[in-house]
Amino acid sequence: MAEMKDGCVKPARGPMMPKPSVDVPKEGSQVKEVERMHAQVGKEAPDFEANAFISGVGFKPVKLSDYKGKWIVICFYPGDFTFV
Amino acid sequence: MAAVAALYKEFKKLGVEVLAMSTDSRFVHKIWQEEELSKMVDGGVPFPMLSDAGGMIGEVYGVYDAAAGVDIRGRFIIDPDFVIRAMEVLTPEVGRNPKELIRQVKAFQHVKETGEVTPSGWEPGDVTLKPGPALVGKVWEIWKP
Repeated sequence: MAEMKDGCVKPARGPMMPKPSVDVPKEGSQVKEVERMHAQVGKEAPDFEANAFISGVGFKPVKLSDYKGKWIVICFYPGDFTFV
Repeated sequence: MAAVAALYKEFKKLGVEVLAMSTDSRFVHKIWQEEELSKMVDGGVPFPMLSDAGGMIGEVYGVYDAAAGVDIRGRFIIDPDFVIRAMEVLTPEVGRNPKELIRQVKAFQHVKETGEVTPSGWEPGDVTLKPGPALVGKVWEIWKP
């Protein structure tokens, strides 16, 4: 495997909000509260991009929506080197 | 994480992409893989290990514990239409059961392919139900716990 090139600090986009609708609220009209994105069964998965380590590949950003069209399992866990 | 990795072949067979995520950096993921995981499971963790530094992704998925600064144990099944089908969130002391995860994936795949529904504890080959007017009040005839 070639030596990976990677800086110390590499921003990733994190959660990616859907583009807000283009409607500009008219003056005096009620401003619609922006819907907070959150995970819910039966609803579209919130998209995100994160830096990743992939064994045999190296460091690379991974975007959830790149896997669209496949079955995906995401496993969150409390930390590397923890006990369970 | 190692327990999920140990069943990776089965996930692969089902066409499932697995992503692991914690608030650790990608650098720590690399060293954990090399120093420990690869010794627990042959080949270590073969799927991408994502870094949710800051917990912003965990926050959106409802698993970020701000006081501890970590993402707690949560797992999500997403179907090919990008719809979340299942979620399970545990406080960190209890590990997950990857076999149950695989059972649920198989059940959701079956449901998506056939339009049938799967009763409690369904395993491939078990009886399924075809919802419709004819089945109302008649489930007992074909399925019992």
